[in-house]
Amino acid sequence: MSKYLLNKFLFTVDRDPDLVERYREDPRGTVEWWEAEYANRLLSCHGGEASTWLRFEDAEREALAGHDYPKLFELGAHPFLTLTLFIAMFERDHEPMGFQTEYARRLAHMTLPYPDIAT
Amino acid sequence: MAELVAVIASTHHPFYYRASTATGEDRPPFADEWVRKVEAFRETLTKARPDVLVMVGSDHFHQLWLDNMPQFLVGKAPFYDANWYNEEREFGLPRMFFTGQEDLSAYILREGLDAGFDLAFSNELRIDHSITCPIITLRPQNDLPIVPIYTNIFAPPLPRPKRFVQLGRTIRELVESWPADKRVAVIGTGHLSLELGGPRQFGPHGPDPEFDRKAVEWISSGDIEGCLSEVTLDSLHLPGNATHGFMDFMLMMGVAGEGAKADYVDTYDLFHTMEAYFTWYPNGGVA
Repeated sequence: MSKYLLNKFLFTVDRDPDLVERYREDPRGTVEWWEAEYANRLLSCHGGEASTWLRFEDAEREALAGHDYPKLFELGAHPFLTLTLFIAMFERDHEPMGFQTEYARRLAHMTLPYPDIAT
Repeated sequence: MAELVAVIASTHHPFYYRASTATGEDRPPFADEWVRKVEAFRETLTKARPDVLVMVGSDHFHQLWLDNMPQFLVGKAPFYDANWYNEEREFGLPRMFFTGQEDLSAYILREGLDAGFDLAFSNELRIDHSITCPIITLRPQNDLPIVPIYTNIFAPPLPRPKRFVQLGRTIRELVESWPADKRVAVIGTGHLSLELGGPRQFGPHGPDPEFDRKAVEWISSGDIEGCLSEVTLDSLHLPGNATHGFMDFMLMMGVAGEGAKADYVDTYDLFHTMEAYFTWYPNGGVA
């Protein structure tokens, strides 16, 4: 698994309003573009210093492309990052607090110990 | 030498700003009581008449990231912008601007290194809601210079609880040995039981009221040893997956000192988390 890269996707999309909307409207296309163009950027450097080796596992790519936040939780993605990004995309479609409680309901099958979120 | 005039520990509920400023049908039913409690809490800082605020909080993956994550970081800048797009989006927080107390930052960094803490520093730190929320609640005029100190409470591996207590003790020693004729308040924010991004989130109360009750007792009585005997990095998963923010409360217990009973304690049971407010006056009064 590449939990670091999974979290990097969530982090870089969540903090950019254009990417939040792009990921909401075109999840698979955004994930494919991001992995090809963005995954190996060193966030504090220009493009000439990029990494060369970061890529998603298939299950991670599919979970992101499917907006599948229960699966992201199972894979050990950082739950704070997952929650904030999915609130940004889908809270608008629900009553106040409705999305957050639906999110909890969809994870109701999970019990302690939760998946390890260490990268 | 500087004088430590108040030690304050608080939760940092990012919805307070929106709830307290809402009007009409948008104003939630719990807002008035919440405002009343916060204004009473605010008075505990006001009457300490501080000149400088040392602010302990945690970046929530706004600026600090897994490519280069410091465990403890001191801001050392003349000014700080504050709050981020995704906090504006999710919580309705306003953009804010702070003045830094650079000489105290430099003192804490130099002396903290010599005291055994390999502190990171930043000359370009943008503050997030762990520090802006207590400004909104405790010092809304935002007229005092700050020293921000960030801790890592949710990007494993984390420092253990004892290390947070030790850093709190060291911060107190450094504030009290700072050669400046200033009145300093140390304000830190954290969580009681809290779940974010998991199945126990956003219930009618915090995920573990029993932990909250014990935590409030530990803090209000200054029972550091009792707290350390029960709280570990592993045990903090049990009351909710974001409860490691409680270690910032433990840091503030270290600032206040073993056995130091809080001079002011208040709580407010809100949806998904328990609000908690504590103030100590280290010199026994606020003269």
